[in-house]
Amino acid sequence: MIAHRSWHWPAAIAVLFAVAALGIAFGTVRLGLREVIGGAAGTGDPLHVTIVQALRGPRVLLAALVGAGLAMSGASLQGVLRNGLAEPYLLGVSGGAAVGAVLAYAAGLSGYALLALAAFAGSVTAVGATVLAARAAGHGARGDPRTLLMAGVVVGAFANAAIMIALANAPGNTVRSALWWMMGSASDATWATGAALAATLAVAGGALVAGARDIDALALGDEAAAALGVDVDRAAPRIYLLASLVAAATVAAVGLVGFVGLIVPHLVRAAGIRRHRALLVAAAIVGATLVIAADTVARVALPPAELPLGAVTAILGVPFFLAQLRRFRA
Amino acid sequence: MIEFRDAVVRYPGAPAAAVDGVSLLCPAAQVTAVVGPNGSGKSTLVRVLLGRQPLASGTLHIDGTDRRQLSQRALARMVAIVPQREEPAFPMTVREYVALGRLPHSGAWRAETPGDRDAVARALTRTGVDDLHSRPTDELSGGEWQRVRVARALAQDARALVLDEPTTFLDVGHEMSLFELAAALARSGMAVLLVSHQLNLVARFADTMVLLQHGRVAAAGAPDAVMSGRVLESVYEWPLVVIRDPASGAPAVVPLRRSPA
Repeated sequence: MIAHRSWHWPAAIAVLFAVAALGIAFGTVRLGLREVIGGAAGTGDPLHVTIVQALRGPRVLLAALVGAGLAMSGASLQGVLRNGLAEPYLLGVSGGAAVGAVLAYAAGLSGYALLALAAFAGSVTAVGATVLAARAAGHGARGDPRTLLMAGVVVGAFANAAIMIALANAPGNTVRSALWWMMGSASDATWATGAALAATLAVAGGALVAGARDIDALALGDEAAAALGVDVDRAAPRIYLLASLVAAATVAAVGLVGFVGLIVPHLVRAAGIRRHRALLVAAAIVGATLVIAADTVARVALPPAELPLGAVTAILGVPFFLAQLRRFRA
Repeated sequence: MIEFRDAVVRYPGAPAAAVDGVSLLCPAAQVTAVVGPNGSGKSTLVRVLLGRQPLASGTLHIDGTDRRQLSQRALARMVAIVPQREEPAFPMTVREYVALGRLPHSGAWRAETPGDRDAVARALTRTGVDDLHSRPTDELSGGEWQRVRVARALAQDARALVLDEPTTFLDVGHEMSLFELAAALARSGMAVLLVSHQLNLVARFADTMVLLQHGRVAAAGAPDAVMSGRVLESVYEWPLVVIRDPASGAPAVVPLRRSPA
C-alpha cells in the first residue's frame, strides 16, 4: 500500500498552476508565457489582455472550480455511502438539473443566470426528494445507504420521464437547447459565474472539509461511526446535502461534467491519501487540474468546434482509469 | 461505570419488548459478560449504549451521568465500543485505522498531536499488533482484524470497553488470546463489558455474568452461580449438563444430543 510523500502536495499544486497557465496560453490565438503574463498584468497587447482577462482567465477559473467541486463532492459521497461507485450526481443532481433547465426553456426563460438558477433549483429539489424518500423508508434519519442509492436512481428515472414528457409536448429546439446546455461547457464563463461558484464552494466545500472527520468515521459503517462519537443521523444527511449542493452549483455553472467526481477520489486514494480532510483537499487540486486540462482540450482539439466538456473528461479519463484499474481498491 | 437500570427497549412494530426491565452494572476493573441466546436482547443493549436505539423507560448511566445528557463525542471519550460489524469502505493501513480511535478527541482543523501518536502507539502495543502497522486492513486475517479493532477502541483512551461478539469466526487460539486481552485490560482498571455467545469461555474470564432470556435477566452473578444446568437448559431450550472443567476448574456447559447417537 502506497504511503503519500510530502513532496506530492507542492508537486500537485505546481502541476495545477502549470496546467492553468497552459489553459490560458492555448486556444485559437496561441500565447507565449510572456504574453500570458502581460495579459494578466494588463500591460501587454490589448488583444492579449482581452483574451487573458475576459475570455480564458474566467474560463480557466471556472473549470478549476468545477473540477474541485465535483471531486470533493464525489469523495465525500463515496466515503459516507461506503461505495466506490458513488458520484456527485448520484442523488438526483443531474436529473433534477435537467428537469429544471427544460422547464425553464419551456416556460420561455432564457439567459444564463435564469437557466442556472432553474437547474440549481431542480437539483436541490431532486436531492431533497431522494433524501426524504430514503429517510421515510429507512431506519432513522440516515436511512440505509442502499435505500438512498435506490431512491437516487428512482428519482433520476422520474426526472428522465419528466424530460421525455416535456420533449413530447415542447417545440423540438426548446428541448434540444435545454439538453445542449446540460451537456457541459465552460464557454460562457464570466468572472461573475466564477465568483458565484467560488462562494458556494467556499461555504459548502469548506463545511465538507470541516466535517471530514465524520466522513472518516462514517466510512467504517454506522455503528462504528457512532462508537467514534459521530451523531450518524445528523452527520450523514448533512454530508449528502452539502456534497449535492456543491455538485448542483457546478451543474448550474457549466452543465454536466461526468467522470471527474467518480475517478479523482480513487486517484487520490491510490496515491496513499485516505483520511478525508486531506483526501478532499487533494481531490480538489487534482479535480481542478483535470477539468482545466479537459476544457483546454475541448477548445483546441477540433477548432472551430468546441467539444462537450463532460465528454472530453470521460474520453481522457477512461483509458487512464482502466490502465490503472488494478491499483484501485474500492 | 456502565449501569442499566430497569431498561426497556421496544422496536416499532414488534409485539414484545426487545429488552424488558434489564438492570446490570459493569464496574471498573472487572469483566462483566452479557450472555444469552440469539434474540435475547444482548445486542440491543449495545445499540442503546451507542445511542442508536432509545430507551422506552429505565435509565442508562455512564460514570454516574445519564446517557441522554452525554453527547455522542463525550460518550466516545468515556466508553470505547467495538460493534459486531465494522469494515473500512476503502482499505487503509492498520496505523491509519487505529488512529481513527482518536477522532473523539480531535478538532476539525487540528493535526495529529504527540498525545494522539502516543495513544495510537500504546494501543498497537497493548493489543500486540505493532508489527502489522503498515499492513492494509483488507489483507488481515480474521484474528488480526479483531485485535486491530480492539486497538482502535483502546486508542480512544476511554475507561470502559464494550466488545460485542468479539470472537465470532475466530479459532480457539485467537479466541483465547482476545479473552486474555479483555481480562488483562480489566485488571489494569478498565470496565470491560463483553457480549458473547461463548458460555464456557465467558465463565472462565468474567467476574460477573448476566444471562438474558427474551429481554429479561434470567440469572446474574458470579459464573458459578449463573452456570446452572437447570437455568441454562430452560433459557437455551436444549438439554445440557454443566460439568466442572477438569483443566480449569471452571463450570462448563455440555449440550446433549436429543437421542442417543
